[in-house]
Amino acid sequence: MFPKWFDKWNRDNPTDVFRPAIIIGTVGGAVFAATMLIAWGQPFATDSMQTGPRGTGMSVPEFTADLAKPDPDIELLIEDPPFAPEPGEALAKDIYQNVQVLGDLTDANFNRLMAAMTRWVSPEQGCAYCHGDGDIETYGEDNLYTKVVARRMIQMTQNINEAWAGHVNANKEVGVTCMTCHRGQNVPSDIWFKMGDVNETMAGWSANQNRVTVQSQSTSLPSDALEKYLLDGEVIGVHDLESRVAGIPGQDGYPGIQQAERTYSLMNYVSNSLGVNCVFCHNSRAFYDGGQVTPQWATESLGIQMVLEMNNDYLVPLQDQYPPERLGPVHADAPKAACKTCHKGYQQPLQGTNVIKDWPELATTGAPDYGN
Amino acid sequence: MPEYQNIFTQVQVQGPPEWGMDNENNMAEERIGKPFFSTLVGWMGNAQLGPVYLGWTGMISLLTGVLWFNIVGLNMLAQVGWSIPEFLRQGFWLALEPPGPEHGLSMPPLNDGGWYIISSFFLLVSVMTWWLRSYLLAQQHKMGKHIAWAFGSAIWLFLVLGLFRPILMGSWSEAVPYGIFPHLDWTTAFSIRYGNLYYNPFHCLSIVFLYGSVLLFAMHGATILAVTRFGGDRELEQIYDRGTASERAALFWRWTMGFNATMEGIHRWAWWFAVLTPITGGIGILLTGTVVDNWFIWAQEHNFAPMYDGSYGYENYGSYEAFIGQED
Repeated sequence: MFPKWFDKWNRDNPTDVFRPAIIIGTVGGAVFAATMLIAWGQPFATDSMQTGPRGTGMSVPEFTADLAKPDPDIELLIEDPPFAPEPGEALAKDIYQNVQVLGDLTDANFNRLMAAMTRWVSPEQGCAYCHGDGDIETYGEDNLYTKVVARRMIQMTQNINEAWAGHVNANKEVGVTCMTCHRGQNVPSDIWFKMGDVNETMAGWSANQNRVTVQSQSTSLPSDALEKYLLDGEVIGVHDLESRVAGIPGQDGYPGIQQAERTYSLMNYVSNSLGVNCVFCHNSRAFYDGGQVTPQWATESLGIQMVLEMNNDYLVPLQDQYPPERLGPVHADAPKAACKTCHKGYQQPLQGTNVIKDWPELATTGAPDYGN
Repeated sequence: MPEYQNIFTQVQVQGPPEWGMDNENNMAEERIGKPFFSTLVGWMGNAQLGPVYLGWTGMISLLTGVLWFNIVGLNMLAQVGWSIPEFLRQGFWLALEPPGPEHGLSMPPLNDGGWYIISSFFLLVSVMTWWLRSYLLAQQHKMGKHIAWAFGSAIWLFLVLGLFRPILMGSWSEAVPYGIFPHLDWTTAFSIRYGNLYYNPFHCLSIVFLYGSVLLFAMHGATILAVTRFGGDRELEQIYDRGTASERAALFWRWTMGFNATMEGIHRWAWWFAVLTPITGGIGILLTGTVVDNWFIWAQEHNFAPMYDGSYGYENYGSYEAFIGQED
């Protein structure tokens, strides 16, 4: 390939080119990397939010690049302030047929909310998604399951905003509307169904774990944590509150390793749903200790109770209303909610945007407060 | 000039295979396999492979070990409906789990921990006969039994995890599952369930000996490599006839930190650190759930885990609004 004189010269003058090449390459590469870091900045810079006493390392880290991007769904929210009712104004229950939950609203506010619900839940199908293709006179009929479900969901939303303000308004007024979960979709993302046994041929604790599932969050932890804790209401705590407690695992409520793993599965789900880590709520040196938890722990505990009520009082009883395609793939059970259904990976849904301020109708089970 | 070096061997010694001794125990009779050389193996150690001595302990150990391995593997395969692609895809997640807590110490159904009990029995036989093999082979070689006792310390931890502690707790459900990720989940759950194992003093000791073993291993290995040029890698000769390699190594450490081990004693240091790692760890696990149920509370009762001084510093906590840049 090379001229003969070149090969001969190389043979006669053996030189170790590798040593200087490696040295120059290493040093040069390091200088180049350092220059780029100084010139362009650290591409994976992180920021952290302190969540506990100094020196405990309690903080929630995020990439600053991610923090700079607001939740894209916030843009879907639009200003839609209520119309202050005039005295003597006709109410929806007097104007329309079969108005069971929003009857005390004025016509303007009633239609304002109806229009908003189509934006939130059925932007493509519009009014017809719940009211069918008939004329406006037929809108009082309850022929479609979507309308029956929507009515119950309005009641659920009112109940959440009123009874669970300690959770949804824990830090400031945020509240929830249909949009908090639906985000413009007929069926909200991140709902869940019972999974049952995920392993074939096995039974008991050999059957409900060790598989990559959505509910195990791709870990090998049990896949039935949501069902046990957020539907059946089983006790989450597995710790003994004294240094020595007698007991045999599985007897008289003495929790075994398996219960601890299931708890871990739930906690992992909660962390991922909120985009946080363990020390957002707990001091990890003593997970159980209520004296060392963060303020968020109390908010979260309320949230668990709230989800239990949502599932058992609102979502599961709708079981018979749904068509088969809306039911769970394994047990044909009603769709259920949990942390991620609202939070979608953020500490606060829609990053703490106040979604309730325009909707006093959804903020209470009683008469709306229009501020007059 | 080629040098005989290890890590990794630059010049391999390959010649007529070395058969080893044949003594009054007639070990050669049961040595099987025709010895051969492998360059690949030679990069990491001795290039010669075989012959191997199995004996009755080796046969039983291998047989029962293979049975355990296959019971675990076939159970995993059954869990994914005998689908090989799914078995490969979920392999790290799958496990053969111990019985559920409701079965206590009784024999559970095969698909709810029964196979776990059966396979564990085979694993027990396999490990114990392999231990016996390490003891008997040392005896036949007229060696000390240090390897057998060191292996025994690991077996102590193994028996605590799978036999002694479950029996004391009254339930096989406390045993460790056979699976890659599942046994790690067990470890975390075990610590969480019993109030943070880091406050278990025997866990502390075990960590000390584990990290100490690593440190000693690195110090000794580095020292010997550093004096190899003076013949330091011939450690046995240096022990009974101390030469300049030993002198330099000793001086180096004594002048560095005021103390040096001896050419012989360093191996006792390393052996005891290694052996004490599972011994102390096993004690810590045996006490967990049987004697102490919440190690953090235990540690507070023994002034081992101090409480904070009360200044929780709430004013320094970050707010979510500041974190996501909604306020300055």
